Amino acid sequence: MTMSTSSTSTTSVHKYGSRFGYRFNLVGIIGLAVILSWALVAVFAPLIIPYPVGEIADLDYFGPMSQDFWLGSDYLGRDMLSRILMGARYTVGISLAAVTIACFSGVVLGMIAAVAGGWLDTVLSRFLDALNSIPSKLFGLVVVAAVGSSIPVLILTLSVIYIPGAYRFSRALAVNINAMDFITVARIRGESTLYLIRSEILPNILGPVLADLGIRFVFIVLLLSGLSFLGLGVQPPYADWGALVRENIGGLPFGAPAVMFPSLAIASLTISVNLLIDNLPQKIRDRA
Amino acid sequence: MNSRVLSLVLSRLLIALITLVIVSFAVFFATTLLPGDTATILLGQAATPEAVEGLRKAMHLDEPSIFRFLRWIVGLMQGDLGTSYANEMPVADLIGGRFVNTLKLAGVTALFAVPIALTLGITAAMLRGSLYDRIVTVLTIGVISVPEFMIATSAVLVFAVYLKWLPALSFANEIHSLTDMLRIYAMPVVTLTFVISAQMIRMTRAAVIETLNTPYVEMALLKGASRPRMVFRHALPNALGPIVNAVALSLSYLLGGVIIVETIFNYPGIAKLMVDAVSTRDLPLIQSCAMIFCLGYLLLITTADIIAILSNPRLR
Repeated sequence: MTMSTSSTSTTSVHKYGSRFGYRFNLVGIIGLAVILSWALVAVFAPLIIPYPVGEIADLDYFGPMSQDFWLGSDYLGRDMLSRILMGARYTVGISLAAVTIACFSGVVLGMIAAVAGGWLDTVLSRFLDALNSIPSKLFGLVVVAAVGSSIPVLILTLSVIYIPGAYRFSRALAVNINAMDFITVARIRGESTLYLIRSEILPNILGPVLADLGIRFVFIVLLLSGLSFLGLGVQPPYADWGALVRENIGGLPFGAPAVMFPSLAIASLTISVNLLIDNLPQKIRDRA
Repeated sequence: MNSRVLSLVLSRLLIALITLVIVSFAVFFATTLLPGDTATILLGQAATPEAVEGLRKAMHLDEPSIFRFLRWIVGLMQGDLGTSYANEMPVADLIGGRFVNTLKLAGVTALFAVPIALTLGITAAMLRGSLYDRIVTVLTIGVISVPEFMIATSAVLVFAVYLKWLPALSFANEIHSLTDMLRIYAMPVVTLTFVISAQMIRMTRAAVIETLNTPYVEMALLKGASRPRMVFRHALPNALGPIVNAVALSLSYLLGGVIIVETIFNYPGIAKLMVDAVSTRDLPLIQSCAMIFCLGYLLLITTADIIAILSNPRLR
């Protein structure tokens, strides 16, 4: 839907989009197109890389951009393009897994707290607020120092860090819905808490929750890159985009392309998600 | 100040205190998750069981962890931060000078960032919808959506590689002259200023726009007040609380930025000390650094909340 329409003019985009009742503008579509293409790269990376990731292909280290090496070569003379394409797997994959766990747990806990109320709500809110007042990078540093860095540990740490935010956001939405008449009616009908959460509250907060998931995804990508940059994220021989910057930081004084392109890849992903969220169709954004 | 404000402020302080206890709990137990026995790791493979047992006793490792936690907390409050595993120096001595360095960096950054961010934020809100406003908004979103290390590497590329104004990565630790000082501080301060200004501009702009939308500002407009008068006499005094709140909150972003910036520019601060401690798994040092950071963060966000309470005219 998006790839084909992005080349046509804005008016036809509107016509195309409004058939489903969702109006997308051009900026939002560009954002979505970039995100989808990174997702495709993450899935099909092994098939499209020009050189094997570990192979030292260039005789020169920190080589410039050339016909053979589109994005130059890294500090050992490995092809940068291949390493960035493979890096997409780690950056996108780990962040996606973490954001899914964080938002799922946060939203479920938030809805339960809003519906149940009472002491459960107070205790959960107080505890998660306390967790929220540990700076995120610091939390990552302490956990990695304690248990070492591996991909499952990273995913779990990142999701624990962002559960409080998702909880607070969805609880605030659910509390508003919970005060509405149709919930009272459902309660009087004698519906169970599970039914209330699944069939009455969730459908009404889904739009904003999905938008919030996008914003949290950006935070997680940035934090993961930051940790990898400090050498505490994805460990060699594998490398996500943050780790690629760390590896090649020695090329910075000569302005080597190997330093800038992984950063640009991160920026393209995070800025696209922000653009998409800011330009989401009104119908999704204003559900609640 | 009436009793209602006082009770709100006191309850906020109490919440901060409870949070601090939970946070210290989390920091302590996260660092005791380390697999393996600390005494065995310290003494190495060749240690006799008796030696390990002796060290365990001396370090109180044989006690339940809740006692160790209490011992640690009491020690912290008495100023005893423990002894580093890596070089057997008291943690307090290791941290002391470095802490001052980090405070200096943060202070200089705040000195630059706050006036710049407030000017940009307020003017962007005044000229809402103009080209200037849109450029500021796009730039701030751009800075917020990229990692801090990208801003640092871009600053190095622009100021050192292309313009050649400053050395790329400074390793000088001794200050002999004004130019030496500039060389050490320029890059980290420029980077950090970018990072926290972006947040501050966004929040300031939002706060001012919110006050500009109120009925009393519309009233000022209707009675024929000029635009500057409307903003400076009617809107700004009321937006002051939210703006100060925004400044305090944005300063808490310094913590995340400082970790990256000190590492990339090799600045001898407490964050660099902590990152190094993580790679040597020097637990007492990590615990103390983490507590200092959490304390600073909590201090800033609590201050922000209290300012928000105090500046609410309805509570006065």
